[in-house]
Amino acid sequence: MVTSSVVRAARRAFVWLGVIFLLLASGNAFAAFNNDGSWVPKLALDLQGGTQIILEPRLAEGQTVSDEQLAQAVAIIRQRVDASGVAEAEVTTQGGQNIVVSIPGEPDQATLERIRSSAKLEFRPVLVSAAATIPDPEAEPVAVPEDSGDWPTPENASDLAWITPAIDAEFQNLVCLGLDTTGANVADPNLPLVACSVEGFEKYILGPVEVGGESIADANSGLIPGPTGVTTNEWGVFIDFDPTGTTQFRDVTQRLVGLSGVQNQFAIVLDGKVISAPRTLAAITDGSPQISGSFTQESASVLADQLKFGALPIGFQVQSSETITATLGLSQLQSGLIAGAIGLALVIVYSLFQYRLLGLVTVASLVVAFALSYLVITYLSNEQGYRLSLAGVAGLIVAIGITADSFIVFFERIRDELRDGRALDSAISAAWKRAFRTILASDSVSFLAAVVLYVLAVGNVRGFAFTLGVTTVVDLIIVALFTLPLMQMLGRTRFFAAGHKLSGLDPKALGAVYRGRAKFREPVAVTEVARKKSGGEAKRRQTIAERKAQAEQASGATGGEK
Amino acid sequence: MSMLTRFGNALYTGERSFDFVGRRVVWYLVGAGLVLAAIVVTVLRGGFVFGIEFRGGSEFRVSSPALVQEQVATDAVEALVGASSSPRVSIVGGDSIRVQTEQLTTEETEALRGELAAAYDVPLTEVTSSFVGATWGQDITSQALRALLVFLVLVSAVMAAYFRTWKMSLAALTALIHDLVITAGVYGVLGFEITPAAVIGFLTILGYSLYDTVVVFDKVRENTSEDGDESVRTFADSVNLAVNQTLVRSINTSVVAVLPVAAILFIGSVLLGAGTLRDIALALFIGIIAGTYSTIFIAAPMYVHLRENEPEAKKRMKKREKIQRPASGAVR
Repeated sequence: MVTSSVVRAARRAFVWLGVIFLLLASGNAFAAFNNDGSWVPKLALDLQGGTQIILEPRLAEGQTVSDEQLAQAVAIIRQRVDASGVAEAEVTTQGGQNIVVSIPGEPDQATLERIRSSAKLEFRPVLVSAAATIPDPEAEPVAVPEDSGDWPTPENASDLAWITPAIDAEFQNLVCLGLDTTGANVADPNLPLVACSVEGFEKYILGPVEVGGESIADANSGLIPGPTGVTTNEWGVFIDFDPTGTTQFRDVTQRLVGLSGVQNQFAIVLDGKVISAPRTLAAITDGSPQISGSFTQESASVLADQLKFGALPIGFQVQSSETITATLGLSQLQSGLIAGAIGLALVIVYSLFQYRLLGLVTVASLVVAFALSYLVITYLSNEQGYRLSLAGVAGLIVAIGITADSFIVFFERIRDELRDGRALDSAISAAWKRAFRTILASDSVSFLAAVVLYVLAVGNVRGFAFTLGVTTVVDLIIVALFTLPLMQMLGRTRFFAAGHKLSGLDPKALGAVYRGRAKFREPVAVTEVARKKSGGEAKRRQTIAERKAQAEQASGATGGEK
Repeated sequence: MSMLTRFGNALYTGERSFDFVGRRVVWYLVGAGLVLAAIVVTVLRGGFVFGIEFRGGSEFRVSSPALVQEQVATDAVEALVGASSSPRVSIVGGDSIRVQTEQLTTEETEALRGELAAAYDVPLTEVTSSFVGATWGQDITSQALRALLVFLVLVSAVMAAYFRTWKMSLAALTALIHDLVITAGVYGVLGFEITPAAVIGFLTILGYSLYDTVVVFDKVRENTSEDGDESVRTFADSVNLAVNQTLVRSINTSVVAVLPVAAILFIGSVLLGAGTLRDIALALFIGIIAGTYSTIFIAAPMYVHLRENEPEAKKRMKKREKIQRPASGAVR
């Protein structure tokens, strides 16, 4: 029997929906019990309160950031944040070049400093050094001579041949006072560098990088022992090189020991500034040098941490930093929820007004859709670390409208079919075929928008696109596995099938002519003035036979479905 | 019985019909007029007002201060960084103060936070500070624009494939651009700040406007493809009938979509004041209304316009003229 197969299909749909719910719920339960997951989605900073820092790379003209560099930087920053004792910090990338650090609560200045300093450490041999002079505003800058082209190729990093006239001019013109260090990190490791000391008293011409910070295996801070083994009051950083670094450092120190004057010194350059330029008293073969400078206990420990966890492959600067108090976050969340509740209530009232008891189907579907969306978001929050932001909440609220529209499209189709004179159960299945097509097409457009925005856009836009995408998929699932079977079941109740006035599907009210299986009424064409004028009245007076004949004629003529 | 239901019945059978397609010149002029007004007035007003995210600067928020007054903050800022910092102080949501200044240094920021907390007699934790580099908003916008372009190309292809005609894509996109310009125009005309949240709102209109158009076009496709050679309806008639038949759906859907957005807009403006919720909701509110309007009054007539000169449609038009000559002045 046809009807029982409909019921079976409806039951099957409900079972599938149940399975989806069960899977998501058990996924959540698993996360909740095993991996400190939760039944509540994690909230983003704007709802929870906290600080968000967006770092953008400092790049030289034409330079770009590779994904690898970015991933490396994220990993390093994450370690640094963790080392500073901040729990639950999140470090993510944004738009393929920025790094977003989200910290709950309010971090202190030292933590911020620790996060954003790039800590690019280099060991370069000193070629020339001079006291940084206070510039005479009247003095003409030393002109850069033209490149003669036949400059000898330097033999090693300590070769004075590195000092081309251009480098020399740069050195002469260098003013250390109030020097803008922006972009200092961009220096090419294979070329000499003109740099100032951290305090700004000395300036140097340095050879190319001989040992890079990436060769550091470990770093600690402590008081530097004096020559007699008694600890001095000076704070320093102790470095352990990995095997490559050890070899490189041994070679450098062996060469430098034999040189005299400033060329005997090697400079330790941090972020483009010389933090210390010690003399090389002996070749260091064990790969464990110590760095002294004007460190305090704190700055020594920060540098040690930075060196230990690695230098950032690129320098970063803070693009934006935003702090939201927990109070503000809570009030935004509350307002969002209140707005959602009001919106939902209005939609329910309107549906009941428009569709009578059929509106209850809308309400039930919306409730189930909300429950499913909630589970999906919680699940993704547990598994993927998704955080619900205010923009995401807005996405959910907007989704109420788009989801309800699917039901409206479906209901209006059912009404259309009833107007054509079908019985309710066949009207439902006929309406479903057409409505689902429409819903699928329109939801695809909506989903496409969500995906494109999610993949290509940044920041808040993503949070919004995410919930929009989730709810679009949920919408399809609900309308197919909940609303349709529910309608099919209801279509078999006397209340709806007989078209009770309050059912919202009263064929008389819908102006249907004759209720019977597979009876059509062609919509009257707009141009058929004569027919139109007398309107439905003439139709209502037709005999059944007349109508049948007309229906056959119409369907035969248009080649429409039978 | 609901009036709208009866209305729907009449529209469905064609007993009542609004001539959306036939009077398209009027609708085109209305649409073009609105778009032009949006652009001209915005330009005359001196372009869009951009939020702090696009200008760059520092922002402070004082939650539930003892005294809700703007002058206190202005004084605090001027005392600390001088009058040249041009602070913008506004009361947000009735119980918090928002202060925007030009970009301050870290020390100045901390100092001003302390000053504001003292001036408004709230604990330091109730004063938040944010700082936005001028490039941030540009970053987000350029990404959004790129997303917009990619989306338009993709969605045109998807729609052209689904409906088997690029003419529907073109009509839908024209309506979409109309919606976007008008929504942006409302911001420009009223001088509302364009924030990243507003940009999110604009982007959502993309999805919504096309969503609405697809629903109506699906009915158009159905009606026009069912018309065989013997049909007494012209192509334009079929499209017009489809728009009329889906009119009740359009009204119901836009009401249902606008209600939650209106709720956000209300809550956002009354409880929260300027902020993410209000900015998204305002753009959506205008966009949804414009989206529903443009589907009916611009997309559908334009589709007819594009197809009318095809031989198939012309043939039917001629035939209709033959049959219907005496009744050409149909009552509509």
